[in-house]
Amino acid sequence: MSILNNQMMREIIMDHYSHPNNKREPNNDKYQSIHMSSDNCIDNIEVFMLSEGDKILDCCWTGIGCTITTASTDIMCDLVIGKNKKEAEDIINNYFAMISEEQYDEEILEEANAFANTSKQAARIRCATIGWNALRDIIKNEEK
Amino acid sequence: MYDVYEIRKHFPMLDGTKKMQGEDLVFLDNASTTFKPYEVIDAVNHYYKDITSNSHRGDYDLAYEVDVEIEKTRKTVARFINASSHKEVVFTAGTSMSINLIAYGYGLKFLTKDDEILITEAEHASNVLPWFRVSELTGCKINYIPLDETGHITPENLRKVISNKTKIVSVAHIGNVLGYINPIKELADITHEYGAVLCCDGAQSVPHIKTDVQELGIDFLSFSGHKMCGPTGIGVLWGKYELLQKMDPFMTGGGMNAKFDMCGDVAYLDAPSKFEAGTENIAGIIGLRAAVEFLESIGIENVANHEQNLRKYFMEQIKDIPDLKIYNPDGATGIITFNRIGVFAQDEATLLNSKGIAVRSGQHCAKILVDFLKDVATVRISTYLYTTKEELDKVIKELKDGGDILDVYFK
Repeated sequence: MSILNNQMMREIIMDHYSHPNNKREPNNDKYQSIHMSSDNCIDNIEVFMLSEGDKILDCCWTGIGCTITTASTDIMCDLVIGKNKKEAEDIINNYFAMISEEQYDEEILEEANAFANTSKQAARIRCATIGWNALRDIIKNEEK
Repeated sequence: MYDVYEIRKHFPMLDGTKKMQGEDLVFLDNASTTFKPYEVIDAVNHYYKDITSNSHRGDYDLAYEVDVEIEKTRKTVARFINASSHKEVVFTAGTSMSINLIAYGYGLKFLTKDDEILITEAEHASNVLPWFRVSELTGCKINYIPLDETGHITPENLRKVISNKTKIVSVAHIGNVLGYINPIKELADITHEYGAVLCCDGAQSVPHIKTDVQELGIDFLSFSGHKMCGPTGIGVLWGKYELLQKMDPFMTGGGMNAKFDMCGDVAYLDAPSKFEAGTENIAGIIGLRAAVEFLESIGIENVANHEQNLRKYFMEQIKDIPDLKIYNPDGATGIITFNRIGVFAQDEATLLNSKGIAVRSGQHCAKILVDFLKDVATVRISTYLYTTKEELDKVIKELKDGGDILDVYFK
């Protein structure tokens, strides 16, 4: 059972859908980015990350997505800004564990707990993870 | 008397036991694919259970029987679309392969950099990307017949853009997003005035309305079996015989050559065999015949009439629902495309999914139409011969209730 009740989850998702505060163009060209699009829906987003050494200074995104894509990507940005890459990877791993109904740490997922029910809507797993997959790949690419 | 409840008894997918999200399944994505009646499933199984052998191997009775079944299907399909000869019926994997076959077999052979292909913004990817490929490989231009303000393709607009450079005009008989029946006969007449050929994408028309290739005066027709109660992986390219004879095969191999030698000299068989290299989808072909016979037993005009009645009913029931935008209120087929204002199309589709209702959201593989619709995605419902008013009532109820798109997430 999630630490958030259903009403809180709804409000979090709708808030980030209506006002995605991290949906913005990066303001310089030092950001690493990955473009993601879906072959079976119209999600089409680009995720950007700015880091200095190990620290993630900023994370933002642009594009088009449904409620779940928009909110999940936006919340992800909030969670990783200011973290180091190891911490960010830990958050991402726990998020994917939650989506796959495996053991995960609720505490570090904060608002991302709003997506705890995704596994019951199989067709929406893609929406809830598209931005997260992008960020995971960006961090991996930087580590290479 | 059209008895939809009697028709439904032929379909195992409609036997009342199929659930989605714990609710009775309501399938309204028939423009995408359709359910199969027992007649089709039995015909496919008959090949595997009773008469398995390869075609073109007539040394023994069983193989001969398979050849007979294949040619019988060709004749049945020819009758269904009123082709002048069964030799004009080429079996393919489906509409995409049929259009690719025209693109590679005709387009690459006859078009040059000075030529032009005309399509429209409303076409499905299958009727866009093969032509892009021809353009890439030959240098020919792709131009667009403009849609009018309601999204229709008109003969007048074809006249505005067609020229002596035009060699191919390729349009859908019925568009897969807006569901309009295009004036193919008039378009074909104009196309022929300029000496070009008219390729008709029949994926959404052949299963739903009478499609008579001679009356339409077209040069090619492509369609898929699975959208007309038939098996997946089988489709048809119909072409005028002299055009098929001029075309190159796009696959070579067994079953399509008369002879070849070590010097590389090859003699191909005549159409349609020269396009059917390799072992054909025999079970699919036999299943396709059963599907056509099933449609003939109901009467394709009756199917069209049933779908129009459903559409009228649906439009009447939803006319007072606020915040509902219908993109094709004057459509003539079972395709109805809409959005609930303020609700992302995919979220609406998820909400309907949670009630057991299967609809399609997105761009419906017509990605350039988005520029015309001015909305990035839409919700599409599409009916078929087994759709009932009661099924539509479930959708209507959901649209009336509005429903919070996040309900599905927390039910």
